[in-house]
Amino acid sequence: MKLKSRHLLGLDGMSREEITLILDTAISFREILDRPIKKVPPLQGKTVVNLFFESSTRTRISFELAERRLSADVVSFSAATSSVGKGETLKDTARNIEAMKIDMVVIRHAAAGSSHFLSRVVDANVINAGDGGHEHPTQGLLDMYTLREKFGSLEGLRVCIVGDITHSRVARSNIFGLTTMGAHVSVCGPATLIPRDLEQLGVTVYHRLEDVIPEIDALNVLRIQLERQKSGLFPSLREYHRFFGVTKEKVSKGPKPITIMHPGPINRDVELSADLADSEHSVILQQVTNGVAIRMAVLYLLGTSN
Amino acid sequence: MKLLLKGGRLVDPASGRDETVDIQILDGRIERIAGSISLPKGFEEIDLRGKIVAPGFIDMHVHLREPGYEHKETIESGCRSAAAGGFTAVCCMPNTNPAIDDESVARYVHEKAKSVCDGIVDVYPIGAATKGRKGTELAPMAELAQAGAVGFSDDGSPIASAEIMRRALEYSSMYGVPVIQHAEESTMTQDGCMNEGVTSTRLGILGIPPIAEELMVVRDIILLGYVPKARYHVAHISTKGALRHVRKAKSDGMNITCEVTPHHFTLQEEVVASFDTNTKMNPPLRTKEDVAAMKEGLRDGTIDAIATDHAPHTIDEKEVEYTQAPFGIVGLETSVGLCMTELVHKKVLTLMQMIQKLSTNPRRILSLPAIKFNEGEMANITVLDPDLDWTVDSAMLRSKSKNSPFDGYRLKGKAIGIINNGKMLFS
Repeated sequence: MKLKSRHLLGLDGMSREEITLILDTAISFREILDRPIKKVPPLQGKTVVNLFFESSTRTRISFELAERRLSADVVSFSAATSSVGKGETLKDTARNIEAMKIDMVVIRHAAAGSSHFLSRVVDANVINAGDGGHEHPTQGLLDMYTLREKFGSLEGLRVCIVGDITHSRVARSNIFGLTTMGAHVSVCGPATLIPRDLEQLGVTVYHRLEDVIPEIDALNVLRIQLERQKSGLFPSLREYHRFFGVTKEKVSKGPKPITIMHPGPINRDVELSADLADSEHSVILQQVTNGVAIRMAVLYLLGTSN
Repeated sequence: MKLLLKGGRLVDPASGRDETVDIQILDGRIERIAGSISLPKGFEEIDLRGKIVAPGFIDMHVHLREPGYEHKETIESGCRSAAAGGFTAVCCMPNTNPAIDDESVARYVHEKAKSVCDGIVDVYPIGAATKGRKGTELAPMAELAQAGAVGFSDDGSPIASAEIMRRALEYSSMYGVPVIQHAEESTMTQDGCMNEGVTSTRLGILGIPPIAEELMVVRDIILLGYVPKARYHVAHISTKGALRHVRKAKSDGMNITCEVTPHHFTLQEEVVASFDTNTKMNPPLRTKEDVAAMKEGLRDGTIDAIATDHAPHTIDEKEVEYTQAPFGIVGLETSVGLCMTELVHKKVLTLMQMIQKLSTNPRRILSLPAIKFNEGEMANITVLDPDLDWTVDSAMLRSKSKNSPFDGYRLKGKAIGIINNGKMLFS
């Protein structure tokens, strides 16, 4: 079995079989990460460029590690060090990269659809590492991998995403992926940060953590951005923390322990209390490790299919 | 010009005629109309059997971009595009640089049009409603009207202030010239790039809520009720909700009219999922229900006119990230084909009704002289081939810009020629 597309632009529309293929492929790469020698040869001779038009530490490092461990030649650049600051358009940047005969491009960009745009103008395989508020498919995949590792299966699993859903690519990729895999997805957050048509994506909407906590197996807590307060979407971080911040006290009201996830970086004691982030029920660091394995799987499947 | 249009089917809403006739034209003037005319000596015969002869079409909502944005379109290239699309007249919106907010600019546009494309396309400027389209002070409407402006609008932006809108309605009412509103409550649409709905939710693109249009239309209807002698026209209506209020206001006898674009009765918001920036326009593409409502509004007469909102942008301006791209698409050369394909062949409108909405009604809204098919009248004619199958090829558009979402579309029905001001152009 192969992936249908030459690119990984999003999980929207991806089949259960394709997602399963990526998750299964990641298992063997996850094992490699525990070996003393972590490098394998499948992408030897391939060149991958990481285009980060938006600041990111862990996603960029995770992709770079995955690429190097597959023996690819890696070039990375971020907006601050590229010509983007000189007013070069995304199209010109892409054409230049194409002219340098790159095999694969990983792109992070503030505009929704930027990876689709790139996939239309270059011949290389394109991997979306986050496009505005649209998708962050490798994050969705690593979240699913982590849940599957912990619970054995995603079918029937009850997962709630907490926070600013409107602006979150992590939320969207999780919603598309998890619903395709048969999980029950809910969201919880202020009404001003949840799109009014969200239920049409097969999601249950909550506005009170105490209502959803008894109903779920895992909580995926999103980072809250202070900018949203400035644009009038919520009144204050203090109020957000009091009503939507995930704390040990609120989570303990449930009938059983809830697994805690966070895509990082955490605002400790804002959206997630520090004690919970560091608790035995937190899988936040497993997410980081699994992220490398998932990205290796995606790079491998796309890079060796041509 | 000595022409005999032979055997065409004349469909003329003004007189209600729908019959096969021969039309003899001398120096741009209709000399004779009769069931059968034998070719007079020295006349050229054009065989129009199976073709439709209609009063010349007008597109009352076009951005010609000159002065100021000639890299996107000029009066000349816009007129060439209009002529190729079957239009003998266009109205150009005032969001130029400088804006058409002063009689010198209005005269410039009006006069320039006479010198391009042999003057076959009449260009009627729409004057700005406010100075610099800033929405704070009324533009000199009386002077603009005298210089040829046939409507007032800040199109591209709404007339946001209720006070200014009231005064614009009052002042324009002295001259019987309509105020054309780009209906958008813009406090609700900041950063929005597409219709707010399930597709925007899926794509993570910030939405433009349909009620932003509806709210502005409702406000304006209330203002119009307060200034009943004014005339108010809703540009590019796109939502079911706003249309419902227009229908009600019409049944209450108010001086309200509206137009719809071909893309708003053809395309739905789902096409944005391609992230093709040629699906980005304002108002945005709406839902299936809205598209159905537009067709119903056309059928029941709530929608008076079809206008394209022809908005040229260069490839470099459009080939950027979706959220960065400017709003707007070109429309002059696909309008008639889309009307025929989506409305006439699908039996939403009769041919007669379609011609009303492309010619008779917009001319009435703008108080332009009616086109008459009588002996002695100037010939102002659009000729259609109702059954011609053709494929849109953006690269072949006469417009300077190629930003059409209809590239590759297969259409049935096309304008094949126009006659106006003693000139003719047949493809």
